Amino acid sequence: MTFEQAMDAFRTAFSGSILREETHRGELTFYFKKTDVPAVCRYLRDQTGFNFITDCLGTDRFTDEERYEVIYHLRNLTQAWFLRLVTRVDESDLTCPTVSDIWPAANWMEREVFDMYGVTFTGHPDLRRMYMPQDFEYYPLRKEFPLIGIEGSIPLPSGGH
Amino acid sequence: MESTMSQPKTTDELLRLLEDEHTFVTLEGSDPLESEMVINMGPSHPATHGVLRIVLKMNGETITRAIPELGYLHRAMEKLAENKSYHEFMPYTDRLDYMMPYSNNVALCLAVEKAAAIEVPERAQWIRTMMCEMARISSHLLWLGTMIMDTGALTVFLHTFRERERIYDIFDLLTGARFTVSHSRIGGLASDISPETIQAIKTFIKQFPAHVQSWEKLLNRNKIFLQRTAGIGYIDGPTATGIGLTGPNLRASGVNWDLRKTHPYLKYTDVNFDVPLSNEGDSLARYEVRMKEFYESVRIVEQCLDKLTTPGPVRADYAKQVYPWKSEVYHTMEGLIHDFMLTDWGVCPEKGQVYQAIESSKGELGFFIQSDGTGHPWRLKIRSPSFVNLQSLPILLEGSQMADTVVIIGSLDPVMGEADK
Amino acid sequence: MGVESAFGEGYITTTVDALANWARKNAVWPMPMGLSCCGIELMAFAGPRYDVARFGSEVFRFSPRQADLLLVAGTCTYKMSKVVRKIWDQMPDPKWCIAMGACASTGGMFRSYPVTQGIDEFIPVDVYVPGCPPRPDAVINALMQIQEKIGQHSVLMDR
Repeated sequence: MTFEQAMDAFRTAFSGSILREETHRGELTFYFKKTDVPAVCRYLRDQTGFNFITDCLGTDRFTDEERYEVIYHLRNLTQAWFLRLVTRVDESDLTCPTVSDIWPAANWMEREVFDMYGVTFTGHPDLRRMYMPQDFEYYPLRKEFPLIGIEGSIPLPSGGH
Repeated sequence: MESTMSQPKTTDELLRLLEDEHTFVTLEGSDPLESEMVINMGPSHPATHGVLRIVLKMNGETITRAIPELGYLHRAMEKLAENKSYHEFMPYTDRLDYMMPYSNNVALCLAVEKAAAIEVPERAQWIRTMMCEMARISSHLLWLGTMIMDTGALTVFLHTFRERERIYDIFDLLTGARFTVSHSRIGGLASDISPETIQAIKTFIKQFPAHVQSWEKLLNRNKIFLQRTAGIGYIDGPTATGIGLTGPNLRASGVNWDLRKTHPYLKYTDVNFDVPLSNEGDSLARYEVRMKEFYESVRIVEQCLDKLTTPGPVRADYAKQVYPWKSEVYHTMEGLIHDFMLTDWGVCPEKGQVYQAIESSKGELGFFIQSDGTGHPWRLKIRSPSFVNLQSLPILLEGSQMADTVVIIGSLDPVMGEADK
Repeated sequence: MGVESAFGEGYITTTVDALANWARKNAVWPMPMGLSCCGIELMAFAGPRYDVARFGSEVFRFSPRQADLLLVAGTCTYKMSKVVRKIWDQMPDPKWCIAMGACASTGGMFRSYPVTQGIDEFIPVDVYVPGCPPRPDAVINALMQIQEKIGQHSVLMDR
């Protein structure tokens, strides 16, 4: 099965779910509604052999509607295929279904997205902050967060000279 | 201050309690022999290779649960990238995986070049390929020294660092910096390679395999080393794929996956090399795979040296996106204008998203760039191999002995600068 | 406290000073806080070529209780600052501190939300080493400056 054949089969199977697709610099990207993510990912892993999640990341589009994006980079290690899935998350409902039950590697990646953007992954086994202290209030990679941070948001140790 | 006894409910609470020296953590359930305990390891520990922190739940000497805690070196690389032009972000990539800075520069350049569709001259690509392999050797040298130090032998560290200093000298000759090189430029290189540097690389490459052989002679049949690594930290192929391991760690579990072969970049299609594999999946296998990679890297460098005999340009001649040479900037009007334009506006790749990955010494190092058509990336995501590799630590650690922890971390070869970004 | 307090400043204390300082100066035991990239250059500093043993400082102690020089090498984040401070507090007096590299000195190139803008915000620093990362020669120079500073130390200051 070639990549094109696999993708054609995928398109027919999920013709109702695919919102849009684009190819830029030879990389194929599919856009989905976030509710379809578990079904799509499960199909891709079981039927098309995308057994490896390279990355799961968030972006902030800084728009009024569908502000955040969750992007999945998938690989098929036997055929050396690469595919990108994108789903959009609105600010009013900052949740997205987890894929950590499909690919265990997504566990920490989703925690990172949560840490940086505040997107909650429903069904995630251990959703905590990845990098920042647990009592940190902000989501630093959001566009409105200043690069130099907010003064006093993380205290320095007391007893300085 | 009075000591307090406490029974944590959540992981966060446990992590916080362990930071406080006046609190003792007690474990639930009856444990008459008191053999269960919680041990905090790091973030300042000689064998965690940086500022990694792991909380281990022990039953006697056996690890029953391990929770890695990251973020002690989170430096906001991705946020910084959004506020800088592509060229300005280059020095930051040096500090990502600080065991092999050269490859990181190249990875970023490749990603930007892919986004902006810039063609890089042949000679520059050959130099990049060669120096990436030199960087891989230097990274593996540091890994070897520190991992063997974790198993209890300091001597190998001194041997490997002696060789690493030689590679530093080569980088110094080529780039002017011994460690954080920033030698790659979008569209080429900062400078051409000099005959003196080529000679230095030739000398190094000639002597180096004999050194590796002597280390193998020292270690491969060393009883202590074998007992500390064989069968320790086992992970099978499907689990390793599922948890996202890449690089030598994945290849030690028998999965033949090397981006240099499957998604070739630079000149890896034009050189002959093998991908070392092992089916054992334990710490010893990871050691063996990396030791074999030394020889493969030497092979690639030798082939690159043969291709570098013909002179040619090392930077693309396209002033809209690639910096002109300084001689041009100082002596021509157009050169000065282009230099200003590039510094002020930067490379402006067309709107869209690209992902470019390279096989670094740790695994798949990728840069995802979302461009909005300006000189700054709208979003730049670093797919760092150490971050994902570290995720396998709980699987590797659980069930093994306390003393094996450091060896397992050593065999994974994480770099916290990259894992924490 | 001890004998020295009974005498006050005078001939005996200066002789004791000279002896104590000579001993301290040539056996500075560093506690390496290799936080990031500078930690690799710190290894080179202890490694075979630069060989810090020539200055009596080859004994790297990973336990703060046994060290008298804290070598903070690399970027210190807010999350890490509490740990660095704790290690500094655990070190016995008299103690000295080197901020190795631009990040430890001023935050360096990381003017960003998680990074402290210099470790002197929470611990006292004796010598700052510029560079990103500094070459091992520069760290050896810093060590020699610490030795000079130890030379001016007096046992009366320990009280």
